[in-house]
Amino acid sequence: MREVDRRSKHSRRVFLKGAATAVPVVAAATSVGVSIESAWADDASALEPATMKTLLKVARDIYPHDVLGDSYYIVAIKPWDGKAAKDPAVKSLISDGIARLDQNARDRHKLPYAEVPWEADRVVLLKEIEQSDFFQKVRGDLIVSLYNQKEVWPKFGYEGSSAEHGGYINRGFADIDWLPKA
Amino acid sequence: MAKFDLNDSGVVVIVGSGAGGGTLGNELAQKGVKVVILEAGPRIENQDFINDEWDSFSQLAWSDTRTTSGTWRVAKDFPNLPAWIVKAVGGSTVHWAGASLRFDEHEFKVKSTYGNIPGANLLDWPVTLAEMEPWYAKAENKMGVTRTNGIPGLPGNNNFKVLEAGAKKLGYKTVHTGNMAINSQPRDGRGSCQQIGFCFQGCKSGAKWSTLYTEIPKGEATGNLEVRPNSMVIKIEHDASGKVTGVVYADESGATQRQKARIVAVAGNSIESPRLLLNSASTMFPDGLANSSGQVGRNYMRHMTGSVYAVFEKSVHMYRGTTMAGIIRDEAANNPKRGFVGGYEMETLSIGLPFMAAFLNPGAWGRPFTSALDGYPRMAGMWLVGEDMPQETNRITLDPTVKDKHGMSVASVHFDDHPNDVAMRAHAYKQGAAVYDAVGATVTYPTPPYPSTHNLGTNRMSEKAKDGVVNKFGQTHDIKNLFVSDGSQFTSGAACNPTLTIVALAIRQADYIAGAMQKKEI
Repeated sequence: MREVDRRSKHSRRVFLKGAATAVPVVAAATSVGVSIESAWADDASALEPATMKTLLKVARDIYPHDVLGDSYYIVAIKPWDGKAAKDPAVKSLISDGIARLDQNARDRHKLPYAEVPWEADRVVLLKEIEQSDFFQKVRGDLIVSLYNQKEVWPKFGYEGSSAEHGGYINRGFADIDWLPKA
Repeated sequence: MAKFDLNDSGVVVIVGSGAGGGTLGNELAQKGVKVVILEAGPRIENQDFINDEWDSFSQLAWSDTRTTSGTWRVAKDFPNLPAWIVKAVGGSTVHWAGASLRFDEHEFKVKSTYGNIPGANLLDWPVTLAEMEPWYAKAENKMGVTRTNGIPGLPGNNNFKVLEAGAKKLGYKTVHTGNMAINSQPRDGRGSCQQIGFCFQGCKSGAKWSTLYTEIPKGEATGNLEVRPNSMVIKIEHDASGKVTGVVYADESGATQRQKARIVAVAGNSIESPRLLLNSASTMFPDGLANSSGQVGRNYMRHMTGSVYAVFEKSVHMYRGTTMAGIIRDEAANNPKRGFVGGYEMETLSIGLPFMAAFLNPGAWGRPFTSALDGYPRMAGMWLVGEDMPQETNRITLDPTVKDKHGMSVASVHFDDHPNDVAMRAHAYKQGAAVYDAVGATVTYPTPPYPSTHNLGTNRMSEKAKDGVVNKFGQTHDIKNLFVSDGSQFTSGAACNPTLTIVALAIRQADYIAGAMQKKEI
């Protein structure tokens, strides 16, 4: 059978900054010893970097795929900052939602949400706010913003658009080879 | 191409260009009848279709606001998207899967066969299978249905091979790649299937039959058919004698136009068609047009549906190739010993990763959900589609508060499963899982119904005027020059996919209309 190559074919995307400035930011981050992992959050304009980092953890905990690096989740959640910049209601939805989650985490574990070490314990905290507008909006958005990234698809063995490749008639539509003989 | 005057009162106006409207339009045009098709959506040709689920959804889907109520899960998960149908020239023949099956004989006689089922508004059709057979044959020939007219079946893809192997292990007998209106070899000026795998997003190669690139251009070539896209009909008008005289519609610019007509045929699918009749209420017809029975909008059926996805140790890549070219028919018969009346089909189905995320278990999150998606490349899938019970309370009404941009009340869709539907779904989930377990599934997922693709029954056929909206030719009992030409005519839903029957009825209706026009009856 023809398997799908699941290795990332793209260099780390432009999630660090806008495309035009991506390289300098990486260079700057390296030169001052700041980790690349945190640079993306410092770039947020409406939401606090700490809020964005916690939102990343929340996104991972809602749809945990160990095969996906943070970059895919960052691409999925980053638009919240832009929406928050345009709409104060969105800004407070996210800020207040994260603040409440952190407070609940501190009450329970004496740690902010993102530092609660076990996913299972963080999921308990998410369960408590599952019916909230914050959780529902973040979860509903992720269903599209995470799973509709074309860069994510090969990780799930999905090949996307096929017509321009002539469909699958010569590319394995019937190449299954492990079934018992009928 | 024909262009008819708004004041030409000799034309037949057809509302909608899908399986019913598009076919009726071409058939009438071939007989020399002047036809104007008013289509609410744009004209998008097949080279412009998009192999991307969400982008295609934005391009094709009917996303105008609708409201929902009832205990069906769609009302909770997708409250403004009760149905997944198309708003474009070609209607839902653009995104249909191509499965083209005839009703069984008993499925035209459900009241006689099933008897009194509490809560079900069962009625025999005023036509029989014997009467429909020649029209089915014409429809199969027109659409190029595989395994008819000497047309070979489609080759089985990976998803079919899993289904077939499991079905045979389980002892099922009638298992094949379906009766599909998708070319397995070049036919009628269209090429053969390239196994693209995006049947639901519009067939870019044109191998799948759609009125968009078969009936409509053929009708236009006669000089008797004009198709006006982006034309949303908002009201049907009538004269003092009660005969319809034309329609009011909003054109592309939003301006209101009035097209006169000798005959009006409504083919807007089972949500919009009753909505239009109800929105056309007048002093003479205060409950809406053709509604003396009170049945307009009632008996809404959406088929008993559900899906089973199964994950295996090794890869399947179910998304490769024709989406629905695979069927098990052994459960389609009426066998009340199973604990329900009617039957169901098991058909291969695949959706891409984006839609799998959205529809596998709407609202779910966490490891159980992501574990299922992690199995995507090793997943096989089937759709379960069976006869659901018509119920008077399952109905399309006009929303009391929500209006569209033209100021017309939007459709509100109420649906509750009948206990027979629930029992059938439970059986189908069990059998579907058994098919995959037989060939080593490690886990199976009984997946809830999607927004409705099969919408039926809301202007049903009946022998007597008090029991339904239209007669055996789709002519309304109340108004002789007003017809219904889509799946809303269905008296009952049968187990199988409805399009072939819609097309067969449209061919037959064209014959009837042309004859009645010639005899000056209408």
